[in-house]
Amino acid sequence: MVTPGSPRGIDVKIGIVDYEAGNLKSVETALRYLHADYFISSDPSVLKKGDKIIFPGVGEARSAMRILSERGLDQFIKDFFKSGKPLLGICLGCQIVLKSSEENSTYCLGLVPGVSREFSVEMGLKIPHMGWNQVSIKGSHYIFRDIPDNGSFYFVHSFYPELDKSSQVIGSTEYGIEFSSAFSVDNLVALQFHPEKSGPFGLKILDNFIKGAD
Amino acid sequence: MLQKRIIVCLDVRDGKTTKGIKFKGNVDIGDPVVMAEEYYRQGVDELVFYDITASSENRGIMIDVVRKVAEKIFIPFSVGGGIRTLEDMKKVILAGAEKVSINSAAVLNPNLISQGASHFGRQCIVVGMDVAADKTKPSGYVVVINGGRTRMDLDALEWSHRVVDLGAGEIVLNSIDADGTKNGYEVKLTRMISESVPVPVIASGGAGTPLHLLEVFNKGRADAALIASMVHIDGYTVGGIKGYLEKNKIPVRI
Repeated sequence: MVTPGSPRGIDVKIGIVDYEAGNLKSVETALRYLHADYFISSDPSVLKKGDKIIFPGVGEARSAMRILSERGLDQFIKDFFKSGKPLLGICLGCQIVLKSSEENSTYCLGLVPGVSREFSVEMGLKIPHMGWNQVSIKGSHYIFRDIPDNGSFYFVHSFYPELDKSSQVIGSTEYGIEFSSAFSVDNLVALQFHPEKSGPFGLKILDNFIKGAD
Repeated sequence: MLQKRIIVCLDVRDGKTTKGIKFKGNVDIGDPVVMAEEYYRQGVDELVFYDITASSENRGIMIDVVRKVAEKIFIPFSVGGGIRTLEDMKKVILAGAEKVSINSAAVLNPNLISQGASHFGRQCIVVGMDVAADKTKPSGYVVVINGGRTRMDLDALEWSHRVVDLGAGEIVLNSIDADGTKNGYEVKLTRMISESVPVPVIASGGAGTPLHLLEVFNKGRADAALIASMVHIDGYTVGGIKGYLEKNKIPVRI
């Protein structure tokens, strides 16, 4: 169980990217609960000062990409990724780092080779994939430190990430098919589920991101 | 595997959780924020706060409750009751709720569903349906509004399809006939709706024992089950109910 004020190894400033994503407020509330030092901005020159960046997201891919490019945030995220500093994408923020999305045929940021695919109604699934589902952990990434294998997390999405390289997958989930619910490339961690709404395990994941790798 | 959700519903009046007791009217049973924290500790998957505040001047109290809950529990929750406009939706979502639940207002103004869905995304829009048995309707069930007082000329199955087309992300299906009986959910109705809509269906009304949840998940094909007095009054815990369901092979989050 994560409690407020749990000791942290380092003191870092977390920037949260504001691009009118639906879950911005709940990510903020969770970080406040964890006593993280955070700020919210839509200005790349302000966000640049963050030691780590969280890129949240609920919404539709094409309009999200449009808002990002209007604000110069698309280039900011690419540059931040190149800088080597930790970057966390959540939900739409996880899909948008891929090359493209089937959602309204949208070109995305292209930080990671892969596409966002749509769940198929033909599989007899209810869409969106909404509710608690398990994440099978692959490897030993720091983001899952002290998280049990097959722990449950809260999902709400109609599209899922499909990666070109399976070596980048750090967690997978079954919904009709097995899809990549967590992946990581260098300093980037991307989660399809919502840690900010996934109870104590979710808070622990955010805490892991704040504290960083060992 | 996607797990079946247990959702606890809290009726809130003037900032206090309340429970309708037969012949006695409503009795206050606690502070909704404290109760929400307790259910969160017990492992509830989601919460619903239903504002039954009568006077409009006290409606602001609900927003305070929502704000306080959002600071303390980190699972999804929705707010219903008294939401009639896009502006009402905005208020509860900005205060920290994931979803809004609309019921009578959706029947009287179906555009509210599509407006909400296009503004916040369909995952934010829960449509509550109060339904009663009615042999004159093709599906055998009719939609009722105003807490069961007004029977509409609207078939329940037809309405469930319509709300999905308009943009509902989930349906809370409440059986007026079963509500308050503690004799179990209306399984036949739940199965009929759940199998014919492509969005999650939350069964509501009639839960008295953990067996009733088992039935509505297995036979009713519900995606989630709403409970209230079982945990508020009758001494069951969310953890205890989930333990029973897990033992009976229902996938639940433990």
